[in-house]
Amino acid sequence: MPNILVVEDSPTMRQLIGFAIKRIPESRIIEATDGVDALKKLASEKIDVILADINMPVMDGLKLVSLVRENPSYKNIPIIMITTEGAEEDRKKALALGANAYLTKPIQTQELMKLVTSFFP
Amino acid sequence: MEKEFNLSKKADEFLQMFKKGEEFTKNLLKENERLRFRIAQLEEELEKAGNEDRKMLYEERIRVLEKERDSLLERYKQVEEENKDFASKYLEVESENNNLANLYVASYQLHSTLDFNEVLRIVLEIVINLIGAEKFAIYLMDEKSNELLPAAAEGISLSDIPKTKIGEGVIGKVAKEAESYFIEDFGESGSSPADPAHPIVCIPLKIKEHVIGVISIYSLFIQKASFSNIDYELFNLLAGHAATAIFSSRLYTQSERKLTTIQSFLDLLKEKPRK
Repeated sequence: MPNILVVEDSPTMRQLIGFAIKRIPESRIIEATDGVDALKKLASEKIDVILADINMPVMDGLKLVSLVRENPSYKNIPIIMITTEGAEEDRKKALALGANAYLTKPIQTQELMKLVTSFFP
Repeated sequence: MEKEFNLSKKADEFLQMFKKGEEFTKNLLKENERLRFRIAQLEEELEKAGNEDRKMLYEERIRVLEKERDSLLERYKQVEEENKDFASKYLEVESENNNLANLYVASYQLHSTLDFNEVLRIVLEIVINLIGAEKFAIYLMDEKSNELLPAAAEGISLSDIPKTKIGEGVIGKVAKEAESYFIEDFGESGSSPADPAHPIVCIPLKIKEHVIGVISIYSLFIQKASFSNIDYELFNLLAGHAATAIFSSRLYTQSERKLTTIQSFLDLLKEKPRK
């Protein structure tokens, strides 16, 4: 059963992503409201894919990516970044830090499902 | 002498008989040869006749098989068409499903709280995340001054948004007429610097026909090229549900504040006799 960690401060987005992920057979969604919360969840759960927003309070998505990639226990977990920005700069920054893929808001459910399942073990 | 003559006569007779026998044998051999040749001819003809029949049989089979093949090809084409039809219907259902999920989430979130500021935050989230607006503002009606006052904004400073009189400009007109406004072609306007007086989209927030405010969108994200059907559905949903959510949460917050004041007053009254 793949566990997907959704790191997003907006409850609206968490619920919307949850709807999409529920449709992936046998997948389980674990929610975190920011980067710090995500690190706590990573320590307590076995995570297969991380979906993280870039703009978040407390700890943003870019910081989270760099911390995850520095940690030998989590460094191989695929990370998909979600952001409102379509700008090339943010995309490059996230990918340079070690993110595997990038999704822009408003999210297309089909695209999200396809991308998430492509990283399943 | 007579004996010799008889012997010679018999020898001649025998010779003639032998010659006849030889001739007869030759004729028999000739006839045999002719008959053999005829048999061979007949056998060949018989074989040819058999091949013709087989050929006809095969040709008939080929015709039947070709007919079957044509019918199968026709059926295959029909199935392929049906398949394409199902695939396109599946995509339609899938898209409808996603749209309903978006509308459900928006509606669920709008009515998930009675906190006025929280409701405003949720409206902002919906417009950013589900519609893809970059710069926009929420105006609320001030019943006393009959003006639209900016209550929340994204991508643009609240102080940069002037208040608007009902009936004035695009925003004022939308509030007065309670009808949504969409710019015809926002291809370039969507990414240009925001001008609070010239939105690309303006949605009245109305409870029945009573307008309580307006959502004014100035620009969209770069990746958002145009509005889809779901965006218009969301605008309709926001027009009604965001209005009721904002209105009821404002009333609730006001009544909560009044209740706290009354409660404090009552507490004061209760405390007085003790002194």
